[in-house]
Amino acid sequence: MTDRWIDIGTIHDIPRLGARTVPTPLGDVAVFRTGTDRVFALFDRCPHKGGPLSQGIVHGESVACPLHNWVIDLETGAARAPDKGCARKLAVRVEEGRILLSLPLAVAA
Amino acid sequence: MAREDREKIREELVVVGNGMAGCRAVEEVLKRDPHRYHITIFGAEPRVNYNRIMLSPLLAGEKRFEDIIINDEAWYADNGITLIAGDAVVEIDRAARTVKSASGRVVEYDRLVLATGSDPFVLPVPGAKLPGVVTFRDMDDVDAMLRASETGRRAVVIGGGLLGLEAAHGLSLRGMEVTVIHLMPTLMERQLDEAAGFLLKTALEARGQTILTGAETEAILGETHVEGVRLTDGRVIPADIVVMAVGIRPNTVLAQAAGLEVGRGIKVDDHMLTSDPAVLAVGECVEHQDVCYGLVAPLWEMCAALADALTARPSEGYRGSVTSTKLKVAGLDVFSAGDFSGGADCEDIVLRDAARGVYKRVVIRDSRIIGAVLYGDTGDGAWYFQLLREGADISAVRDSLIFGQAFAEGGSFADPRQAVAALSDNAEICGCNGVCKGAITRAISEQGLTTLDAVRSVTKASASCGSCTPQVEMLLSLTLGDDYSGERVVSPMCKCTDFTHDDVRRLILEKALKAIPAVMQALHWKTPDGCSSCRPALNYYLLCAWPGEYADDQQSRFVNERLHANIQKDGTYSVVPRMWGGLTSAKELRAIADVVDKFNIPTVKVTGGQRIDLFGVKKEDLPAVWADLNAAGMVSGHAYGKALRTVKTCVGSEWCRFGTQDSTGLGVRIERMTWGSWMPHKFKIAVSGCPRNCAEATIKDFGIVCVDSGYELHIGGNGGIKVRATDLLCKVATEEEVMEYCAAFIQLYREEARYLERTAPWVERVGLDYIKQRIVEDAEGRAQLAARFRFSQQFHQDDPWASRVAGRDAHLHRPLSLAAE
Repeated sequence: MTDRWIDIGTIHDIPRLGARTVPTPLGDVAVFRTGTDRVFALFDRCPHKGGPLSQGIVHGESVACPLHNWVIDLETGAARAPDKGCARKLAVRVEEGRILLSLPLAVAA
Repeated sequence: MAREDREKIREELVVVGNGMAGCRAVEEVLKRDPHRYHITIFGAEPRVNYNRIMLSPLLAGEKRFEDIIINDEAWYADNGITLIAGDAVVEIDRAARTVKSASGRVVEYDRLVLATGSDPFVLPVPGAKLPGVVTFRDMDDVDAMLRASETGRRAVVIGGGLLGLEAAHGLSLRGMEVTVIHLMPTLMERQLDEAAGFLLKTALEARGQTILTGAETEAILGETHVEGVRLTDGRVIPADIVVMAVGIRPNTVLAQAAGLEVGRGIKVDDHMLTSDPAVLAVGECVEHQDVCYGLVAPLWEMCAALADALTARPSEGYRGSVTSTKLKVAGLDVFSAGDFSGGADCEDIVLRDAARGVYKRVVIRDSRIIGAVLYGDTGDGAWYFQLLREGADISAVRDSLIFGQAFAEGGSFADPRQAVAALSDNAEICGCNGVCKGAITRAISEQGLTTLDAVRSVTKASASCGSCTPQVEMLLSLTLGDDYSGERVVSPMCKCTDFTHDDVRRLILEKALKAIPAVMQALHWKTPDGCSSCRPALNYYLLCAWPGEYADDQQSRFVNERLHANIQKDGTYSVVPRMWGGLTSAKELRAIADVVDKFNIPTVKVTGGQRIDLFGVKKEDLPAVWADLNAAGMVSGHAYGKALRTVKTCVGSEWCRFGTQDSTGLGVRIERMTWGSWMPHKFKIAVSGCPRNCAEATIKDFGIVCVDSGYELHIGGNGGIKVRATDLLCKVATEEEVMEYCAAFIQLYREEARYLERTAPWVERVGLDYIKQRIVEDAEGRAQLAARFRFSQQFHQDDPWASRVAGRDAHLHRPLSLAAE
């Protein structure tokens, strides 16, 4: 299945070291902005107990889940050792301040 | 061969653009083959080729136009170049191979070079076309700014990037009051990380500029001439001139009209050929492998590749550039190169030297430098940049890399212990107190010092900012040998720092640090923005240290405190309105019941602290739930924060046949005094009306048990993980005394406990005697503590729900949407 890039807003819509969510038919996606303005997207569920990662504290390129403080790597979605698990990631990029999120075509349509 | 014959076989090369790229391209061609082409250069500006980078010194009055000319008229004449200045090319006919200028001149070409540069971006806000609004791109802009600085007083620069800051600096030197408006939270965010941006901002402010970050321009105001700028938050900044320096975009108009392939810029291959092989392009107007460049260094590399192509020299062509930025504004040195945004597979090495005002950060991946940011000391920028471009393996010098080339390549000093051992006796170790190595080692051996604390008290070394602590410890170990066992029994706050919680609190006050980046800089934090453990602690320490002054950092708060509701296992929230002293009314209960119905709240529960908890509220419903509760007069119960939670009461003398005092009334008074206060951890109070203790006051952080002769005050109780009964602090006679002792105790806890340390372990750590001495025996100290508490409360007693209901951060409660493409 091919993916489609979808404009979800500007980088300013997300607070630095924070996140906003985007509802999709597959579930909420959390879009994060780091201290250096890198943007990442993960499904908004911690691999541990499904906590909303969008509500965690963002530091470096990771987020601490608000439920049990698992630290999830924003680039890969993987939990930091010794915890194991992975949040599903989505491709996202920023072009001239606009955030483009890649969703499977069937969902985006 | 006769001159005429040579002329005949010369091909016609036409260059559109008389700027830095266009002329450099011609220079490179001439260098390779001076006789191959007859060259015509078109320039839109009516002047010879000048150095655009030097516009800033020109504006600042450090240079004159003559000083920044690169090629004067003689150069054009000597090389037989026809310069057509002040007559822009408006059309390319690729089939006929001609260009046409605005005045109607038509020139044929064999090869065409487009060096059309870029245009300044003008914000599409109302008033953007008013006289007095200028960009910062060419000589005409500088002239306009210079005229404005002669008659006007106030300048606003929109854009805190490289160009904007240079414009601001120039106008400031010309005597104008300058305000910089920057959309992003950090100045020069494309070149600097947050920490370096913060230092730059602080330094520019110290030089008299006003820097507004996170500020969005809504409109430019004025009737016939610009008068000011209005921001989206309503602020209006008066201005006699407005400089827009918000960015540039490649000028592709001509190429697009001619049907050349254009993306963000004119698309070129490695040999700078466009989609038409007779047409080449170079400079800021091009896009090479999806990248457009706005700096001068890539431009030189492109020009070399283009000249190779134009003179048929075999060459690798242009392979893209790794860029670096060096800025010197108002004596401030800033350098950045490569990718400093970091990443999962990257490591950061950070050096913060507060005493010298230096910040360095090198980003490493697979033992290779991929980015660097330097502030304050850019001497090693070129070295890092060279290592970066070469992709050099730095594993061998990794330990000392951050100290710079001289140190890292010195070899013998790679071991810091050896480096300290090799220092001469008069080398300064502690910059804060001016203590040299000899003074420390003499004190150690002559006075028999064996601990860091002893060295601190005798010599003052490491007693201020503490950044020299490792060196002092090395001196202890070098002087004492095996007799020094090392110390630091108290562990650091977290892996981001070597400082303990207590050190950090002390230094925040001593060094008057008033923002998280300031703390991280002054105390040499090892990570760019801390972690989920230190940031909430720093936020609290700053809030406690500087009430009313410190700007709270929402992103450093746990979700409960950010949303003023308790996150539950399924990601919904629970909401607890405050009920003063546990009292409620029919009206409040009715409002709660209505909220429960309206928002389908599944569970309603009475808490252990005599409040009502509403469970299962969706995040997006929170503002509406708060609004309804606010409308009924209820405020947030802070049942989710490291804050004063509840004051539990029994019914007391008003109804109870055993009650000795008005415990309910006193509980209400105390809650009215203490609500809204942020603490190191959650804090609970209870008031029992008699020794039967129905409010369970002896397992609270602060408990009051009313007796016939007055009030027993208890502290340090905990009903949580480890049940601990309170210690009796003292007995007082009046309600007024209860209020003062309570306020003083809370403030002592707020000022001295470590973040996430509840009162029970804190009391056990510092000892009951210490607290009695501070609160009971020292009447004056007690009054001061209470006064500090009351002072800070005037800033913190505002209902967080009300401000959210009024719209603050409302957008953060709404999801982003999948807008149509």
